[in-house]
Parts: sequence; C-alpha cells; structure tokens
Amino acid sequence: MSNVVVLIDTSISGVIRGSATELLVAASRLGTPIAVVVTAQPISAEKVRLLGQYGAATVYNAVSADVATRLTGPQPEALASAVAHFSPSAVIVSNTIDGRDIAGRLAARTAGGLLLDVVDLRIGGDAIVSTHAVFGGAYVAEWAIASRLAIITVRLASFEGAAPEHDPELVVMAVTADLTSHAAVIDAVEEIVSNSTRPELRGAKMVVSGGRGLGSAENFSLVEGLADVLGAAVGASRAAVDAGYVPQSHQVGQTGVTVSPDLYVALGISGAIQHRAGMQTAKTIVAINKDQDAPIFDIADFGIVGDVFSVVPQLVRAIEDRRS
Amino acid sequence: MKIAVLVKHVPDTYGERRLDTTTGLIDRLDDDQVADEINERALEVALSHRDADKSTEVIVISMGPTGAKDALRKCLSMGADSAIHILDDELQGSDAATTAEVLSAALAQQGVDLILAGNESTDGRGGIVPALIAEFLGVALLSSLGSVAVTSSEVSGSRETEFESLRVHTALPAVVSITESSADARFPNFKGIMTAKRKPLTVLTLSQLGIGVEGSVSKSILVSTLERAARGSGTKVIDDGTASAQLVDYLASERLI
Ligand SMILES: Cc1cc2nc3c(=O)[nH]c(=O)nc-3n(C[C@H](O)[C@H](O)[C@H](O)COP(=O)(O)OP(=O)(O)OC[C@H]3O[C@@H](n4cnc5c(N)ncnc54)[C@H](O)[C@@H]3O)c2cc1C
Repeated sequence: MSNVVVLIDTSISGVIRGSATELLVAASRLGTPIAVVVTAQPISAEKVRLLGQYGAATVYNAVSADVATRLTGPQPEALASAVAHFSPSAVIVSNTIDGRDIAGRLAARTAGGLLLDVVDLRIGGDAIVSTHAVFGGAYVAEWAIASRLAIITVRLASFEGAAPEHDPELVVMAVTADLTSHAAVIDAVEEIVSNSTRPELRGAKMVVSGGRGLGSAENFSLVEGLADVLGAAVGASRAAVDAGYVPQSHQVGQTGVTVSPDLYVALGISGAIQHRAGMQTAKTIVAINKDQDAPIFDIADFGIVGDVFSVVPQLVRAIEDRRS
Repeated sequence: MKIAVLVKHVPDTYGERRLDTTTGLIDRLDDDQVADEINERALEVALSHRDADKSTEVIVISMGPTGAKDALRKCLSMGADSAIHILDDELQGSDAATTAEVLSAALAQQGVDLILAGNESTDGRGGIVPALIAEFLGVALLSSLGSVAVTSSEVSGSRETEFESLRVHTALPAVVSITESSADARFPNFKGIMTAKRKPLTVLTLSQLGIGVEGSVSKSILVSTLERAARGSGTKVIDDGTASAQLVDYLASERLI
C-alpha cells in the first residue's frame, strides 16, 4: 500500500482539532496514513498515541518556531519535506481557508495534481478517484488524477467512520527554511469559541435557518429557540448575515456553508437560488414564509404559508407537548 | 503603486447553471455570464485605494474564453484603468494550477505591487488560485481578508477562518484575497461607461506571454458525472392556526422528532 500524507489541523497553540479523525479516515481509504503535525514544540507521546488511535501509522512532527507568527508558512515546508521523505501517492489537507492556502503552495512546488473540496475518495484501478458535489450538489462528478502525486482538500464533515488503529512511529523534524520573504505576519490571533451547546453547522443532522424575514437580531432568537427544541444547528441566509442578525459563519448557500442534513427548516427565507445551492440536498425541507409564492416552497417537502412570529412559537410548544 | 485585480467570468448565480456531463466542465455556452461578484468587491478595494491615492494604477486581468472581455469591460466601466485578457484556445479546460501559472506569467510581466482576488469563485469554488500564484511568484499571501488596509509599502487586514480570527500584515509585493465581508462594489456610472470604451484592453496569447503549456492543461481526468433529479415540492398549507400541529404530525411521521 502506498503512503498517504495527511496534514493534521491544529490550533496556533498546538491543540489537535477534531477534524483529525475524518482526515485520517479519508487517508486510510487510499493507503497508509502518515500524520504530519506542525507545532512550535515537539508533541507529547500522548498525542502521538491519540493520532495512532485515529489511524496514523506514522506521526511526522515538524517543529517550527514560526507556527504562531508566520501565516501558513511552516506547513507547506513540512509537507514538502514529508513528500520527499515518504514518497506518498497523495497529500490530504482539510478544505479550509488555511488548508487551501497550504495545498496551493505545495501544488505549485511539487507539481502535484489538485483534487479540491472532495466529499468521497476511493481507489479505482490504480488511480485515486475523488467525488465532488458541483453547484451545490446539483451534479456529482468523479475525477481521477493523472500525476504521480495527488494533492487533495477534503470537505469537512464528509468522511465518517473510523480508520484502523496503529501504534505509530514518531519522526521529528525541524523546519529551518527562512519564511520571512514569503510568509505574512500574524499580529494577533483569537480562537473562535462557540459558547453554545448547539451542534456545528457543518455536518449537522438538523438545521434551522433564519432569513431577512426575522427582521432583527433580537427576533433571531426565534430561530435559535426552534433549533434548540429540535437539537439542531443554526443557519442563516446571506441577507440575515448582511443585516447583522448572526455572524457570517452561519451563512448557508453558494458563498457560505453547504449542508446536507436530514431536516432543514427555513424561516423567513425566500429561497433564492444562491441559498438553495447550500441546502437543496437536505433529505427533508420545511419552509415557513408568509409569501405563498416564495421560491423556497418549490423545493419544500412541507411548507407553511404563514407568519413566523405566530407559527414558530406554536410549533415549539407543540413539539414540547408531544415529547412530554 | 500598481494593483492588479484578478477577474473571472462565471455563469450568473441567478440563472440555472449547468455542467457539461461529457467533459465535467462548466457549461459556458450560454451568454448568461457575469464578472464574479467577489471580484467586483476585490476591485472595490483597489478603487478605494486609488480614490485616496491618485497615483495608483489599477489593472484588471482575466484568463478565459472570448466572453471574458465583457467582465473586463464592466470592470473598466467601474473605474479600472486598463485590462488584460489572456485568450488562447490551448487554455480551454485548464485546471487551477495551469490558470495560476499563466496568470503569474502575466503578473510578472506587469510588475505589480499588489494582486487582489476573490477568496473563491462561485463556479469552481476551488479557492486555491491566489495561493498558487503567491507560490509561483514567491510572494506573501493574505487570504480571505474581511477587511483590508493598503499603504504604499504594506497591506494588512482581518482574517476570519473556520476556527480563528486573526490580524495579519505583510510587506508588498503580496497577493491578497478578500471575502464577502469586504465592502460592496460601486456601480458603474454614466461617465464610467462612456470612458471605458476608450480604455486599453489588451488581448494576450500564450506566445505573447512568452510561455507554453507542456502536456495537458489539466492534471485531472473525468471519471463520471451524475445529475441529481430536480427536487419537487410537497405539501403546502396556509396557516389557519392548525399548521404547526400538522407540521408536528408530519415531522413525527418522518421520524424527525
Ligand atoms: C454571488 C452571490 C452569492 C450569494 N450567496 C448567498 C448565500 O451563500 N446564501 C444566501 O442565503 N444568499 C446568497 N446570496 C443572496 C441571495 O441572492 C438572496 O439575496 C438571499 O438569499 C436572500 O435572503 P433572504 O431569503 O433571507 O431574504 P429575502 O429574499 O428578502 O426574503 C425574506 C423572506 O422572508 C419572508 N418574510 C418576511 N417576513 C416574514 C414573516 N413575518 N413571516 C414569514 N416570512 C416572512 C418574505 O416573504 C421573504 O420571502 C448570494 C447572492 C449572490 C449574487
């Protein structure tokens, strides 16, 4: 089996992010996972063991003093060195803002072939075959790569299950490249901590989203109330984000997050084509909108023509009643 | 200062977008294409810098089929000073890496201080061309900035990722990509539309850029495509006070509550 290099997402302070499991699942589909971890200090034996439980056969710890100060500077260096060291058939990174920057630099350096925003991976014949959801899932396309090295960004919350466990070998290397000429400077960083117990929007089984129809940030609590009674994540339309009801990270759609939950509830959302591009593959869609001609009804399995301010509180009560 | 803004001509997101299921490429045959909105926001960053510093020169660059010149004309009417259209039949079907290589050659020829781009296009959504260009040119990258400040020697801004919010800066030259949080673009005014016709729009082929493409312009090969069946609509009830109860019954029958 060929080696597959995986970049483990870490916080600036070195905490291994939850995406490690799914990235290693993706890698294990293609070969033997080599986990690359880039940190300011060598990682603990405990973290190495943990990565082994997640599926890493080898942990390649690249140590760089620049992790917290040079924006995505050391990671391409670490991956280029891992590629030279392990001659992998593929490098996998998460399809995040940082991941794409790192994959881009690595691809330019190694002439590896890019497979971007991949939702599934398999070996077909002797080639790596990736699945992509195009135009919000209106099409599904499979691509194979014609170069010796594939550089793959995987969509978070796409790979489920667990990879086979390993007792990993640890290799430590130091990143010594001078990054000052081409890596930007990080002046300040703040971890975005969500203090809610609500599920993450990406990968959520249920999503309740609100649109401009909510009218204000205060009224948006109606969306959150329904989400909480269902145990759902909270989403929003771009109009709701633009109006400042919720942060941009909640935006569902063309230029926001793509979700594919079992249940999607759209409250006061017209259903513009760009919004639909982020949620049209949901199993069940429910819409509540006071305009009976709103396009959201064209794709809703259950639509209510009505005012969210009267229907939603009734709905919350009715769900609670049924449960008790 | 010389600023280049990268522009992509894409299918209008308001229309029905199609994938050519035999090539896996985006169907660009219809004329329902526009300059990607995010590129107009990137242009806005450049133009507002020029508003403050009149010595700034703003060029817009696009690689794409014939129609891409319409996107460039729009940018000229918004206020860009000149445009470069990289047009060559050999480039059809180019992947992100080839696109970035070709754009890098044009940018190197122009000798620009700042390269502005959108964080991702609405058609491919790859979001990787800025990083590839930064690496090809050996310069810094500030990606996905929600706000940008440009001085004569430096660029800085705020960057929100999936996990962190950062303040970042770098010396010029640099590549910067911006997100939707960046300011809305201005509309072309009448004077802009009239003067755009006289502004230079240079068409360049690969040989004029002094580069050639070895082998294929794409490293990926299509394996299969599938078009998802269009979604229909189900029950629609007009609220008479009982709609929420009906919805609860429906959710229960679907085992969703
Ligand atoms: C390049 C591009 C990218 C875009 N990306 C996205 C994206 O990622 N996500 C996205 O969502 N949009 C996106 N848009 C914007 C999109 O076109 C729409 O403008 C947006 O989705 C509208 O949001 P909305 O439905 O909340 O607002 P509106 O279209 O204004 O709809 C509000 C709805 O609320 C209903 N309403 C009002 N009051 C009530 C009430 N009391 N009770 C019930 N219903 C009520 C109204 O009937 C109306 O249907 C994008 C646009 C472009 C050009």
